[in-house]
Amino acid sequence: MTGAWWLILAVLVLPAAGALLLAVLPEAARRAAPALGTAVAALTFVASLGLLSGRHGPRGDRVVDPWHAVDLPWVPSLGVRLHLGVDGISAPLVVLTTLLVLLCAVYTLWTRPAGGSVRALYALMLVIEVGIVGTFLALDLVVFFVAFEITLLPMYALIAGWGGAGRRHAAMKFVLYTLAGSVLLLVGVLLVAIPGGTDIVALSQQGAGLSRTAQITAFIILALAFAVKSPLWPLHTWLPDAHTEAPTVGSVLLAGVLLKMGTYGFVRVAIPLLPEGARAVAPAVAVLAVAAILVGAFCCLTQREIKRLVAYSSVGHMGFVLLGVATLTTTGIQAALIGNVAHGIVTGLLFFLAGAIKDRYGTGLLTELSGLGQRAPVLAGILGFIAVASLGLPGLAGFWGELFAIVAAWERSEGGTDPLWTACAVLAAIGGALAAAYFLRLLRIVVNGEPGPVVERAGPLPVRPGEWLSWGPLAALTLVLGLVPALVLDLGLGPVRALVAVVSS
Amino acid sequence: MTGPVTLAVALAAVPALAALVGFLLPQSSRRVAAVVAVASSALLPVLAIALFVILPGDGVERWVTLARFGELSATAGVRVDSTVAAVSIAVAVVAFLVQLYSTGYLLNGPHPDDRYAPYAAQVSLFTAAMMTVVVSNDLVTLLIGWEVMGLCSYLLIGHDRSLPEAPGAAVKAFLVTRVGDVGFALGVAVLGVAAGTFRIGGVIDAATSGRIGPGALTLACLLLLAGVAGKSAQFPLHTWLPDAMAGPTPVSALIHAATMVAAGVYVVARLFPLYALSPAALATLGISAAITMVLGACAALVQEDLKRVLAWSTVSQIAYMAGGLAVGGVNAGLFHLLSHAAFKALLFLAAGAVIVAVGSNLMSAMGGLRHGMPVTFWTMTAGLGALAGIPPFSGFFSKESVIGAAHVAAEGHSVSPSWVGWTVLVAGIVTAALTGAYATRLWLRTFFGPQHVATAAAGDPPWSMRAPLVVLAVPTVLLGLVALWRPVVDAVEQPGTAVEEHLSLDPLTTTIVLLVTLAGVLGAWQIWRRDPARDPAAVLGPVRPVFENAFYLDNVQDALVVRPALALARAVSTVDVRVIDGFVEATARAALRAGRTVMEIQARGLARQLTFVLTGALLIGAAAVVLSGVLT
Repeated sequence: MTGAWWLILAVLVLPAAGALLLAVLPEAARRAAPALGTAVAALTFVASLGLLSGRHGPRGDRVVDPWHAVDLPWVPSLGVRLHLGVDGISAPLVVLTTLLVLLCAVYTLWTRPAGGSVRALYALMLVIEVGIVGTFLALDLVVFFVAFEITLLPMYALIAGWGGAGRRHAAMKFVLYTLAGSVLLLVGVLLVAIPGGTDIVALSQQGAGLSRTAQITAFIILALAFAVKSPLWPLHTWLPDAHTEAPTVGSVLLAGVLLKMGTYGFVRVAIPLLPEGARAVAPAVAVLAVAAILVGAFCCLTQREIKRLVAYSSVGHMGFVLLGVATLTTTGIQAALIGNVAHGIVTGLLFFLAGAIKDRYGTGLLTELSGLGQRAPVLAGILGFIAVASLGLPGLAGFWGELFAIVAAWERSEGGTDPLWTACAVLAAIGGALAAAYFLRLLRIVVNGEPGPVVERAGPLPVRPGEWLSWGPLAALTLVLGLVPALVLDLGLGPVRALVAVVSS
Repeated sequence: MTGPVTLAVALAAVPALAALVGFLLPQSSRRVAAVVAVASSALLPVLAIALFVILPGDGVERWVTLARFGELSATAGVRVDSTVAAVSIAVAVVAFLVQLYSTGYLLNGPHPDDRYAPYAAQVSLFTAAMMTVVVSNDLVTLLIGWEVMGLCSYLLIGHDRSLPEAPGAAVKAFLVTRVGDVGFALGVAVLGVAAGTFRIGGVIDAATSGRIGPGALTLACLLLLAGVAGKSAQFPLHTWLPDAMAGPTPVSALIHAATMVAAGVYVVARLFPLYALSPAALATLGISAAITMVLGACAALVQEDLKRVLAWSTVSQIAYMAGGLAVGGVNAGLFHLLSHAAFKALLFLAAGAVIVAVGSNLMSAMGGLRHGMPVTFWTMTAGLGALAGIPPFSGFFSKESVIGAAHVAAEGHSVSPSWVGWTVLVAGIVTAALTGAYATRLWLRTFFGPQHVATAAAGDPPWSMRAPLVVLAVPTVLLGLVALWRPVVDAVEQPGTAVEEHLSLDPLTTTIVLLVTLAGVLGAWQIWRRDPARDPAAVLGPVRPVFENAFYLDNVQDALVVRPALALARAVSTVDVRVIDGFVEATARAALRAGRTVMEIQARGLARQLTFVLTGALLIGAAAVVLSGVLT
């Protein structure tokens, strides 16, 4: 038990209890379900802010040094402990998760997607929150695996229960694809845990005691598992389908935080536990990450549907994050951390908007949405702002992760003498320009075009209070994080340095 | 914070805050938006002049750490010296006058623009971004201002919804500059990694002390030039600027005079100690400048649209600045930047007054306007005199300084190779003749010749649009004289730059340039005089369409970049759906089919199943025998 351990429990127990309560809510009280769900999400968010207190970097030669932690026996016969903790790498992601769940809860107060009962929807969101926060807090491999899996079925239910016309196929694809990733994760965890035990703190410190070949094998297996989740090209094709069909809150949670479990897995589990494997396999990850940046951008240039476009842009952005991770340098992993958070904020808001547009006009086809700038100027203005943030405009959140992923790749290129890393830096930079191309294409069609019949018929549709409440904080954070990136970077610097020291030793 | 630092921070912060307020205002509150925009921008010249006055001789620098990425940190801070102060005065004055003029241009009149509030906020943001570039001490924060400017140009060029070409022009401006910025961002990365810091001062120290190798330095300088070519509309990334005319005229003044296009040249000047160490980079800059200079002047010679003439003249004039830098004439280049800021802002704002009065951009619809619009006529005459380099207007002195610097370099007394000096010198002289001709053509066709119905009724604009013309006419006329006055030269010239360079007039080149300019002016006048109703450019015959389309470089760009990129996008998309996802979906289908087959087998009765079981057992047994044989 370290620091304010009860806060760690609070951010998990609160949403879990809330979900349970919603599930058994008596008939008479069901109308209060949205308020109850939102209140629980708000409390969880406040508790997660508490986790930022008393922070410190890793002391001595420790690699993972949580400032608040819970450590209880769980399955003593296997040496599995309920070990949870928060440090500079996980803290921003935990807060991002609780914030996005809260904003989704608020959004749903006003905008209820068609489908199952709203009570079930809130319960599912809270269960997803437990899984994601649990993944970020886990300091034991088995806990990590369990939390990682908790998210899977509720997300399936969210897509299948509240999604669009093709929801069954998309949900099935999502669940089968990521389940395949989970099998690999389980195998990878076992490969590490059987010789070395399950404690992530201890394993990061001493390593799992695996040979180089075994490390490479285990790293490849874990990398595949995390690559499916992130997603990394070419394991990404579940994402556009899932996003297109998912309800708005599902897309927001999926893009905003669920994908981060994959990149977080690299940084928290795969790299520190298997440093030799990481060193050997990282260049391959970098190549795929750059491929993701370019493929994502090119695919965006031809998309006709707004949510598919945003989904493909996510593939590109996560490519930048994974490129940063793959450099295995402090610069690169720091870039990945801020890139992760920025993508959660920016793409979260982008999906909120895409969902709001689809709900209003009943279509996501770009050509049919033409003329939004004239008929719904405020909506179009916010879309423009967040699209610009998403294309990595300096001064907004998305910039830091992208520029410094390129800087990190260039660092690895030894002044341009290493062709692989040089190519990665150059192609990633070109990918940045392509991002501008596809977002400007989106804005030109949707915002600047002449109003089409669909937009004309719908008339002026103002932004509703629930939308302001859920979008405002994300828009503000986009600007704040763009101007003060130290908010995230300073938290991560200590742990990332300790991590890089392990990998490069 | 000390005084100069506070002032420098305020120069960027005041318009940034004004922009934030403006964006949050509802669209209907035009009056509040106008007050915020004009009042905040009126403060800027005061701040900039105060900065110039209280600045200590050797400049100041202050910064705080903005983002720590391991060993590398980005800082936010300012570095102010006399160059910074001088450029910020130019930016501040032009920005203020543009805001003032915009109230008249967009709000007064029968149809006030209902999107004035976001427009004014965007102009404020544009100003803030340029000021960030000007005062920033760090390449990363400079990059922030640099790219935000690209965004603002996009927003403002696309402002006018009634123009069908506006959205395309806006996208083009952002994308072409962004393509250049791929190089710029990589250049920043190369310098930052090599120097271990992104601070401009630190990078320059690292380069001059030899800690950055010559290879990395040249690479970085060339990469940065890509971004510079994009922003400053230099060949081959100049294609966006003429189309940017789709923006409202005050925006053109802002983009062409004090922001955006000036930023590229300014950054090269700021990083000049790096360029001085890389002859290859200087040569590249010089060649690009020489091509752009002549190209822009040729295109300007034949345009029918008044604003397009001015746009091409900007391309050509910016190339003079770039050429000046390429031959080591940093102060000459900056001098031309300042005088150009004054006269080009004046020319655009005056052109706006003409266009409003006549109701058309086309010079064929103008003529004889000197009678109805005397203020516009006289101020624009001063602007055109400066553009053509006629003494005593400011442009004469600054252009001669650049050409003089090229002469010095041609004789081998500069950091750049002498052939670069010759290239810029020859191109500069040719361009001077062309400039004289197109400036005269514009002047005569707009203000002289026969009047039409529309031009006879035209009058000078209201005071909010007239005052900026008069104010800008002052530096247009006097800046050159003042700038060559010894005490001012001593105050402005940067101490400790890589080259010992003084602003002065070279008698030989001055004479040559004056003569060819005169030839251009008289030639255009002679041709026009034969038939004042006819376009003098008609004498060019078959060459005219080539010039008019600027040597068809737009089509080249389309064929070499745009279309291949789109084709690639379609191909990648198809592969993604058909092959990669196709494989995933096929796996699912195959699994289903396998399941069905097994199910059918299961359903076929006991005898069949028994056969399968026995066959399976036999196979396993055989495999076991074989394997044990192999293993032992």
